[in-house]
Amino acid sequence: MNAIITVVGKDKVGIMAGVCVALQKINVNILDISQTVMQNMFTMNMLVDVEKANVSYPQIVEALDAEGERLGVSIRIQREDIFNAMHRI
Amino acid sequence: MLNQHEIFETLNMIDEQHLDIRTITMGISLRSCAHPDPVICAEKMYDKITKYAENLVKTGEEIEKEMGIPIINKRISVTPIAIAAESCETEDYTIFAKALDKAAKECGVNFIGGFSALVQKGLTIGDRKLIKSIPEALAVTDYVCSSVNVGSTRAGINMDAVKLMGETIKQAAERTKDRDGFGCAKLVVFCNAVEDNPFMAGAFHGVGEPECAINVGVSGPGVVYHALKGVKGQPFDVVAETIKKTAFKITRMGQLIACEASKRLGAEFGIVDLSLAPTPAIGDSVARILEEIGVGVCGTHGTTAALAMLNDAVKKGGVMASSHVGGLSGAFIPVSEDEGMIAAAQQGVLTLDKLEAMTCVCSVGLDMIAVPGDTSAETISAIIADEAAIGMINNKTTAVRIIPAPGKKVGDSIEMGGLLGTAPVMPVHGESSVDFINRGGRIPAPLNSLKN
Repeated sequence: MNAIITVVGKDKVGIMAGVCVALQKINVNILDISQTVMQNMFTMNMLVDVEKANVSYPQIVEALDAEGERLGVSIRIQREDIFNAMHRI
Repeated sequence: MLNQHEIFETLNMIDEQHLDIRTITMGISLRSCAHPDPVICAEKMYDKITKYAENLVKTGEEIEKEMGIPIINKRISVTPIAIAAESCETEDYTIFAKALDKAAKECGVNFIGGFSALVQKGLTIGDRKLIKSIPEALAVTDYVCSSVNVGSTRAGINMDAVKLMGETIKQAAERTKDRDGFGCAKLVVFCNAVEDNPFMAGAFHGVGEPECAINVGVSGPGVVYHALKGVKGQPFDVVAETIKKTAFKITRMGQLIACEASKRLGAEFGIVDLSLAPTPAIGDSVARILEEIGVGVCGTHGTTAALAMLNDAVKKGGVMASSHVGGLSGAFIPVSEDEGMIAAAQQGVLTLDKLEAMTCVCSVGLDMIAVPGDTSAETISAIIADEAAIGMINNKTTAVRIIPAPGKKVGDSIEMGGLLGTAPVMPVHGESSVDFINRGGRIPAPLNSLKN
């Protein structure tokens, strides 16, 4: 199952690293990344595969929430389906 | 991969424009629960509901977490109790309302609909007993919602039932006078009621429905409002097109959730209801959409036309996005549940007469309206008759959910709390409708050709 992770917050060193390490720990594979910094705001979308994750989906949400808090940014994970439903026919 | 713009458009709709799934409603047939002993019948109802809906709330919460979209309400609708309990040897149907209430609490849902009767052509023994039990049932339960269908395009209007419902509403208000007549907020009188409506208080599981079905209602007045802000001053063609596109996106979300929920719960996918359902929250109002379209205050001249266009565009956009559309499907105008409507009613711009005109072009009817406590039962019946006539002639669902707030006068407000909001007490005409209502009988079914 694929999911989209969105990270938004004030830019600083180590956001990407923090998120990637957090994902590695729970065995979530990154498929694609798109990232920009606009007016000092860090914005990143990641397409990930959560199929082989070693924890349950709610625990993935918790792990990312915790990492977001540590980094001082908002991290959110949602199934890709919700975006495809809205934007792809 | 999806582009960043698309991803953030969806996130903004959820975070800032109040896009949510308003309700996942599980419809459950109680036709298998009939038994002459009311205690056994009530037990069978409780057991069946708690078995089928055991995982409803849990599954809703799981989907909410995975998709990252709020699912506000999880609810249950059941076979009209007048049918399910008709074979019971008892005069008082309150026992079944209590069983439904207990089952709703056990399942963790926030409303259960179906304490209902369909009497458009006449009343059976069970219908009569149910209507008689409504005031008590609504007073002693927390989550039970009741509805009665008094008319249809094919059957006409049952004026005996209309009279009875005026009296029942007054009794329901009196029985809950310590809570400003709150019982009436859970009671809807319909014409052309639909069998698969997921929205309360009018939801019930119709007789043509399967054993168990999932019906989903989406909501997005805030999203439409925001989209229209981007086309200020543009002609109506552009406005309609913008609403259609927005409705399409919102409905796709509902379709996804409905499929997912029905798959996980092992129930049939019923319908997606395309309604724009407001909440009292700022930025989640249908009235504010109409004002964005250009009417100064909701209720002034132009409001009906703006609402007609909005309602039609929502349907056109939504119908392509879902495999099965049903329910009420249209823009709701419940006064107490819409921040913009409350403000317009308080200013005196939005009146009952204008609301009645608005119900000709949208879903559903005179909804969540508080009137003075001394309004007579006949006047309420006459309001119901007017609204039912609009539904009957126009081949659409109309409804009345009106609260004659005990001891309250025009200018007062009543607090319903939560999604039900605040209702300003609105004036009604003082002239008598007594002779009109006391005639009784039936208004014959209308002609469906030679339309003018």
